[in-house]
Amino acid sequence: MKEFKHIQSAHCENGVTSNLMNFYGVKGITEPLAFGIGSGLFYIHIPFLKINGGPAISYRSFPGVIFKRTSKLLNVPIVSKKFNSEEKAMDYLDELLEEGRATGCQVGVYNLPYFAPEYRFHFNAHNIIVYGKKGDDYLISDPTMEVKTVLTRAELQLVRFAKGPLAPKGHLYLPQKKVIAQVDISQAIKKGIKKNYKFMYKSPVAFVGLSGIGYTAKQITKWRAKLGVRKAGLYLGQIIRMQEEIGTGGGGFRYIYAAFLEEAHAYIPDDALLDLSNDFTKSGDLWRNTAVAMAQVLKGRKTEQSDFLEISERLKEIEALERATFKKIGNLSFV
Amino acid sequence: MKIEDVPQDESALKDFTNELCYAKDENGRYTTTKSKGWNVKKTALDETWNDIEKQKQIALEEVKTGISSPIKYYMIKSLMDLQILSAYTGFWKITIKRHFKPSVFSKLNEARLKKYASVFNVSVAELKNPK
Repeated sequence: MKEFKHIQSAHCENGVTSNLMNFYGVKGITEPLAFGIGSGLFYIHIPFLKINGGPAISYRSFPGVIFKRTSKLLNVPIVSKKFNSEEKAMDYLDELLEEGRATGCQVGVYNLPYFAPEYRFHFNAHNIIVYGKKGDDYLISDPTMEVKTVLTRAELQLVRFAKGPLAPKGHLYLPQKKVIAQVDISQAIKKGIKKNYKFMYKSPVAFVGLSGIGYTAKQITKWRAKLGVRKAGLYLGQIIRMQEEIGTGGGGFRYIYAAFLEEAHAYIPDDALLDLSNDFTKSGDLWRNTAVAMAQVLKGRKTEQSDFLEISERLKEIEALERATFKKIGNLSFV
Repeated sequence: MKIEDVPQDESALKDFTNELCYAKDENGRYTTTKSKGWNVKKTALDETWNDIEKQKQIALEEVKTGISSPIKYYMIKSLMDLQILSAYTGFWKITIKRHFKPSVFSKLNEARLKKYASVFNVSVAELKNPK
């Protein structure tokens, strides 16, 4: 069996994409490059929909999208499948592993035994790599974990067929056997930046992209009167968890994108990229400061309407900064 | 964020893993570093669990006072909502809501009770008498 190299990542799908590319011979695709080429920055606040009784906000696109886009822009043909039958989904995976092919799988975390219990919610957009089998155990590389691990067949089947929103339905994905040796990373970077610019800056929908951040800012000003301090605080808690925990979507994503732009500069010698990288670092700091302010309300240390207004203002500030940053991105020669 | 500013607060990750973070080194270049956790995230997670615990206690009280059936209690305990429970059981959301009524629950047939019990990972006896 070809040795599988496990490199930890901040975000699961970046890590799966980066580690799979490396395994299949596409070298040099680090986590930031996978995230940037896969146009990973996203924002949506779906009105009127509730998740776990709180606001439906996501900082990330649908599971599998980063892998799909990155592969496409690098001209790497892929296999991507979902299944109705659990048995067939496991048999298909077994066949791939028999051929020594490491495979990306979408899973739910509720029944993931190696996760800390406090983190096991019904969250179905997690990604791992299954890279082999030893007896009845499946060899697992979960890029958010420091080390490789194992799952039994029953455990793996359960998490691959977790139910509820974004149910994985056995979703697996990997590069096809023949990987094209010639990949043009700088071309892929340019296209990835352009695409991300489009749906963050140019989105025509009021609750998607940068406008979505403004939409959330506006909603927050209404929560205290509508829901009471405690519930409104829990709503903010849900934002913190979506933002900094589940997908490292707010500050965490900005720092990864800043790292991506810095790496991009090595492929595209335009100093504007370094300037933009600094902008995203600033933005990441603002997201984190906002999370600190939200935690104060959640803890009950701050309870006034003015505190909610302050958080709303902070989000508007982020929206304005990122609008200015994306405007500069729009002025890049290749966008 | 600079490496020295990456929070190292003890969290639920303890004994499981450390998180990977992107931060700037002394030359202002991005690099990766490990984090044990961040108090802000710990607060959000702890408060979520406190809230679930509270809802669980209320639901258990409702079972004891005959206001609602154990299905609602176990749904909350399993961190589910109607949509998720519906997906796992195959029952309609409106059907499950009816099963929240003690009078309807007491007439549920064995097959449905077994279905709920298996989804909640308990025996039928435990399903009927939550503690």
